[in-house]
Amino acid sequence: MSEIEALTREMLQAVEKAQDVAALETVRIAALGKKGVLTERMKALGAMGPEERKAAGAQLNTAKETLNAAMAARAETLHRAALDARLGGERIDITLPARPETAGAIHPVSQVIDEVIAIFADMGFSVAEGPDIETDFYNFTALNIPPEHPARQMHDTFYFHPRPDGERLLLRTHTSPVQIRAMETSQPPLRIIAPGRTYRCDSDMTHTPMFHQVEGLVIDESTHMGHLKGCLIEFCKAFFEVDDVRMRFRPSHFPFTEPSAEVDIGCRRSGDEIRIGEGSDWLEILGCGMVHPAVLRHGGLDPEKYQGFAFGMGIDRLAMLKYGIPDLRDFFEADLRWLRHYGFAALDIPSLAGGLSR
Amino acid sequence: MKFTLSWLRRHLETSASTEAIAGCLTSIGLEVEKVEDRAASLASFIAAKVITAEPHPNADRLRVCEVDTGSARMQVVCGAPNARAGMTGAFAPVGAVIPESGMVLKQSRIRGADSSGMLCSARELGLSGGHEGIIELPGDALPGTPIAAVLGLDDPVIEISITPNRPDCLGVHGVARDLAAAGAGRLIPGTVDAVPGHGPCPVEIGLKFGGSGPACPIFAGRLVRGVKNGESPAWLKRQLEAIGLRPISALVDITNYISFDRGRPLHVYDADKLRGQIHARLGQGGEKLLALDGNEYAIDPADCVIADDSGVLGLGGVIGGEASGCGMGTVNVFIESAYFDPLRIAATGRRHNILSDARYRFERGVDPEFVLPGLELATRMILELCGGTPSDVRVAGAPPARPQPIDFRPERVRALTGMEVNEGECVRILDSLGFGVQADLLPMAVRAPSWRPDIHGETDLVEEIARIHGFDKLPATPLPRLRAVTGAAVTRPQNRVRLAKRLLAGRGLMEAVTWSFLSPRMAELFGGGAPELTLANPISSELSVMRPGLLPNLLAAVKRNADRGMGDVSLFEAGPQYAGDAPEAQSIYASGVRSGQRFARHWAAEQRPWDVFDVKADVMALLEQYGAPVDRLRMTADAPQWYHPGRSGVIRLGPKNALGAFGEVHPRIVEAFGLRGAVMAFEVALDAIPLPKARMGASRGPLRSSDLQPVTRDFAFIADAGVSADALLRAAQSAAPDLITAATLFDLYEGERLGAGRKSLAISITLQPKEKTLTDAEIEKVAAAVIAAVKKNTGAELRG
Repeated sequence: MSEIEALTREMLQAVEKAQDVAALETVRIAALGKKGVLTERMKALGAMGPEERKAAGAQLNTAKETLNAAMAARAETLHRAALDARLGGERIDITLPARPETAGAIHPVSQVIDEVIAIFADMGFSVAEGPDIETDFYNFTALNIPPEHPARQMHDTFYFHPRPDGERLLLRTHTSPVQIRAMETSQPPLRIIAPGRTYRCDSDMTHTPMFHQVEGLVIDESTHMGHLKGCLIEFCKAFFEVDDVRMRFRPSHFPFTEPSAEVDIGCRRSGDEIRIGEGSDWLEILGCGMVHPAVLRHGGLDPEKYQGFAFGMGIDRLAMLKYGIPDLRDFFEADLRWLRHYGFAALDIPSLAGGLSR
Repeated sequence: MKFTLSWLRRHLETSASTEAIAGCLTSIGLEVEKVEDRAASLASFIAAKVITAEPHPNADRLRVCEVDTGSARMQVVCGAPNARAGMTGAFAPVGAVIPESGMVLKQSRIRGADSSGMLCSARELGLSGGHEGIIELPGDALPGTPIAAVLGLDDPVIEISITPNRPDCLGVHGVARDLAAAGAGRLIPGTVDAVPGHGPCPVEIGLKFGGSGPACPIFAGRLVRGVKNGESPAWLKRQLEAIGLRPISALVDITNYISFDRGRPLHVYDADKLRGQIHARLGQGGEKLLALDGNEYAIDPADCVIADDSGVLGLGGVIGGEASGCGMGTVNVFIESAYFDPLRIAATGRRHNILSDARYRFERGVDPEFVLPGLELATRMILELCGGTPSDVRVAGAPPARPQPIDFRPERVRALTGMEVNEGECVRILDSLGFGVQADLLPMAVRAPSWRPDIHGETDLVEEIARIHGFDKLPATPLPRLRAVTGAAVTRPQNRVRLAKRLLAGRGLMEAVTWSFLSPRMAELFGGGAPELTLANPISSELSVMRPGLLPNLLAAVKRNADRGMGDVSLFEAGPQYAGDAPEAQSIYASGVRSGQRFARHWAAEQRPWDVFDVKADVMALLEQYGAPVDRLRMTADAPQWYHPGRSGVIRLGPKNALGAFGEVHPRIVEAFGLRGAVMAFEVALDAIPLPKARMGASRGPLRSSDLQPVTRDFAFIADAGVSADALLRAAQSAAPDLITAATLFDLYEGERLGAGRKSLAISITLQPKEKTLTDAEIEKVAAAVIAAVKKNTGAELRG
């Protein structure tokens, strides 16, 4: 073993022994500092003959590289150890509670409206609107409910005081006035839904003076009651997120449709719970029918040319059925506990692509 | 409408079960509300004869009875005082479920005596008539016979709801006709043969309307002399009781029976109490009627009354009078059968708030051509049950003319319903419902029967055929797609409302949906309460005025939550508010309130109350999200009266267009809601935010960003307290609008060191060089321009 090799081994041992960055620096200075042993040997190369210098130079360079590499590796090890030692002392209690964030929520009525829109949008419907404060014409007369018709009593209408001209405005009792407004402003083919607030002078366990409905209207030259049935079956399957659903169309009577039907959906009741798509019970969920010729005429359309269907559903009721909400009156109380329990996250935006509910 | 199965069978020959009939009724539009089969709950109870009844050896009040149940002899212990040998009682064997308690009867030993069953009281069986002791059945009841049969309870009661267009089904015969058309049996014809009269009717009849229109187009009547009124026979009482009517006397029961049997209301008068001509006319001011319901009614000139020389006898078609009614002593009875105008009946019924079976039928429309048959039917029943001698019939007026035949194209059934119903079936259905069909014409000529006032046109006929053919046969057909890929269903403004809700929920506010109306006091606090927005018939004064804004209801909700111990509340609502009664005066707002602490107490979070700048952030987030031109917005300090005058602002786009307001709610309002502490609020008029212009479609154009590093410089200015931060920042930016890309305020100091009325505002400006790095000299030049512009525009000096 040459002297340099022996020296190198000695210095490598010193590197390995260095316990901190300062000790390592001492080793470096001893070897490669201005007066380091290897530096001194390098300086001595100048006094050597060419052959000897070449051999010694190469040996010294190798020794220097080896030593540098070892020092770098040792430095890294020491750094890690020092960091580990520091971090070891930096412990926090990770069970401490996170910083609070106040979570908001979307009301079930808004959520269900968005769900209903998502489904009907896929069937080519668009959303129409109308005012809450309506005229007698739009709420009744145009819907084939003449002034003395008994149906006006059934509707429990909220009226405003008569205006100087005798006209008595009212709060719409259903979303059906939007049918007329839509026919007045657009030409067939029409496919609209109109979700919104509706009002009836009624308040008990299952009725509130304000509630929500969604109206549907399809007008063209060929849509028949089979389409109505198909449309509503598809809606119920999509809305209740079930593969199959039993539905029953029962003949009924509404002044603004003919033929008219009430629609029951198959369900199972057990105690307070209602499960859609199972069981052998029936639950009424909506009224519908073919638009009455008189209504088409009031909307400015020729019933010999145009026909179509209309339906009206209770949004609050849909929400109660789907999400198991027992009491309608709680919808309008704005109780934080209720909103937290039945509300939806802001990003739960219903879509058919993403699924209606989580 | 209620009827028993046996009653239905008087009109319908059928072998169908109760379930099948109920199913058929619902399927043709006569929705079954309830089938009450009283026999079902009584199935295990049988008649049993008490053979012996000996005192219980160990109990004074009990008896040990030996009973014959038809198939066996049983020993039962009974506590009823009327348990005695020879009587027939209602026996419950071991295992029976007692209807009253739901208990299963067990074999037992009572004070040492075996008891294998029980003799029941009426109450234990869920029957009315809860007199003392056990039921005593008629002595001829054979032991072992089900008691439902003995008591005549083995007759199910069917209750159906009748839509207002079907007055013909307010009589059992009409229901039977519909069922027969749907194949549930054969209709037994309801023809009534006339009863020959014995001489003219001595009571004169008249219609006295002058030119006032047909309030009562036809009025018929006849006298039956020498009747003997009394209790109705058992079958009649049983039918009436089964549908909830109280039997009164044979004469009255007959009219009630015909009302439910044929949907034909009638009235019977004690002829000896009538004076002169009996006639229909309009009411006169000041007239009064003591009616059969015991109430006195003040007659209105719009009421149609039946009167004689002594005055008003009754409200025609609504209710009869006490004075002229039939009693047990009635000997000569005058029967009235008339037809009244439905609208007038409805108005009279509403005016006097009288709910009678007659009103219910007349206001929906009874068969005007059944006036005379109804009278004959009543005569027949009176003769049968009470005897007597009928006079001839007297008639005044005539039934209204029948409407013209309707043109009917059978292909319309398919066009409107999608169902294939052949012409023969169409004709069969119409015919079986009583329509007159001329099928050889094209289109067919169809005449509606007189009992169907709801039939006006071709679609009515389509509906009749469709409902009888069966809605279960409607072919479920998907709507054809209009486009391969469906477009947007909502407009941009509609979508903006949807997303505003989600944005606010994402910011930690809970969405509330509150009433559109509120109390006048709350409305007035928020600038509302106009007479044209006040309901004439509210359900309560608390809900009587349309809301002028969303905040009052939200504040009331904050209070409700606070009362339940939830003091930290952030709520919003996105919905309509009403500035007037025109459609344009209804607008959509997104408004919110924040009350209580920003955070609950927490080890690492700042605990502070919500402040104005939290709700300002809500507003700005909404406006930015919905594309409002944020750099052109102006704040003004003239928020509405319900805000704190010094801690609130309005956000405007131009001087007229206010997009929203925010701030601390006025302490006076907070107090009015019973709240404590400061409450923050905001209101954003979603409709007022202009839609972003779509100049380039969806494209956003290229991103122009510089590779050169931006430079920031900070300044502190001393300004008068009245100088707004906004003005100062705008002034700074105006010094070099091309170069300064941002000016932000990072510190505000107001303190004694500066003196009263002074404040220090520290701002940071960002310079973005475009072509080359800025030299120190260039930066200094901009800085000097900033200082100069701020001083010129706001008077603020650089802080020394």
